[in-house]
Amino acid sequence: MSALPTYNFAYLDEQTKRMIRRAILKAIAIPGYQVPFASREMPMPYGWGTGGVQVTAAIIGPHDILKVIDQGADDTTNAVSIRAFFEKTAKVAVTTRTREATIIQTRHRMPETPLAEAQTIVFQVPIPEPLRYLEPRETETRVMHALEEYGLMHVKLYEDIARHGHIATTYAYPVKVEGRYVMDPSPIPKFDNPKMHRSPALQLFGAGREKRIYALPPYTDVVSLDFEDHPFAVQHFEQPCALCSAKGVYLDEVVTDDRGGRIFVCSDTDHCEERRAAGFTGPQDGSGKADSPNGPAASEGDAS
Amino acid sequence: MVAAPMQDAALLDGGFADPVFDAQAAFVRIMNAFARPGTIAELGGLARPPRPVSPAAGAALATLADYDTPVWLDAAARQAGMADWLAFHTGAGVVDVPDAARFALCCDPAALPALGQFAQGIDAYPDRSTTILLTVDALDGGLPLRLAGPGIEAETRVEVAGLPADFAAQWHENARRFPRGVDLLLVCEDRAMALPRTTRVMEG
Repeated sequence: MSALPTYNFAYLDEQTKRMIRRAILKAIAIPGYQVPFASREMPMPYGWGTGGVQVTAAIIGPHDILKVIDQGADDTTNAVSIRAFFEKTAKVAVTTRTREATIIQTRHRMPETPLAEAQTIVFQVPIPEPLRYLEPRETETRVMHALEEYGLMHVKLYEDIARHGHIATTYAYPVKVEGRYVMDPSPIPKFDNPKMHRSPALQLFGAGREKRIYALPPYTDVVSLDFEDHPFAVQHFEQPCALCSAKGVYLDEVVTDDRGGRIFVCSDTDHCEERRAAGFTGPQDGSGKADSPNGPAASEGDAS
Repeated sequence: MVAAPMQDAALLDGGFADPVFDAQAAFVRIMNAFARPGTIAELGGLARPPRPVSPAAGAALATLADYDTPVWLDAAARQAGMADWLAFHTGAGVVDVPDAARFALCCDPAALPALGQFAQGIDAYPDRSTTILLTVDALDGGLPLRLAGPGIEAETRVEVAGLPADFAAQWHENARRFPRGVDLLLVCEDRAMALPRTTRVMEG
């Protein structure tokens, strides 16, 4: 017998979980549509992922393995604190490895490792309404979604082209789901948008302050908005990751000194660590070895 | 309305033995069933509602229903004393009008009202629609159906026995109302299979 009362499993009370669970089911049934839910105050401020935390708390079980990332990293404040929150309140196993996780809660990135059918990814969403900066009234944006009236969004993208010569939206790039709802993919870089398209994993989105839950079932069509003469394109990086030489991944710019020195490294820390463990090296990995990708055999002498 | 005296002490029994973890286990299976239409959720051994209500339907309602969710019951479920079971185990009230229900339990598919009589939601809030738990004779060995839509990679084949005779036409109508429309959870004894409104059902 435990001496002191403790939190309910995963912090939330059962009635709250039922309410969130009902919202999740309707969100799955209407892909891309924002279901209102009675978001609770959580023991962390709005903006720290309270929506994602509530969704995770409603689905997580004692046998799940949780991974939490913040801008791709497992070791930043937001990821560390949310991971600790679920270790404490749900006593679940946690991991940093994408492949091992059954639930991945994320802020503003999708892992580089492709997700699998048995995985669920939970996005933390600050502003779930893709039309919000174009039309501030919720009553109006509700009607716009109901009438499938998305001309304003195309005008916004067109104005980007008129002003900058290209679509300058680089994150939270709007998508159309199953040819019906325009959806905010959360502030992931547009680099990650194609990963949402027909992903085998279930994707859930929680916005705590804005009190909305939405979802993408597996194998759902997610198309980034564009024009025939200005097709959607993801960011490209001139150089590979400075630590693991990965190409075709999303890179963060890191300032290294006060004389303008900078390197570009994988935003997905787990992906970078796995590659380095497998022997891939980059110019900045500290081993002083070759600056081109080495095979596993070539780097066996690396000590780090 | 005066609450009827509990006729059968068995009604006090049959809820979740471990409400927190049983509800979580049942929910994840139901969630995956909705996310992957055509797959079977095993919901046996969790709840024992009064017969002829299936254990799967009992588990789904014990997981999802509470005082916020009016439930509509068909005559067979009412006769079984399901209203008392729901009131005791979930706190959910029973409504007579299908259009007022968040959940509906139909034990006799032949007596299922037209899907259009249930809550459809409105264009601005299509989530405010009824989720119908529809009892079928079998989830294998019946009428072969092909399913397609979100959650299904290309096409999946299922077999369902005991759907209402005009189901295909009704489901087509339901799809025409999208994004409004009802969602179905087909239940049979310990198993369940979801048909969210986005799933296209074809015979053959």
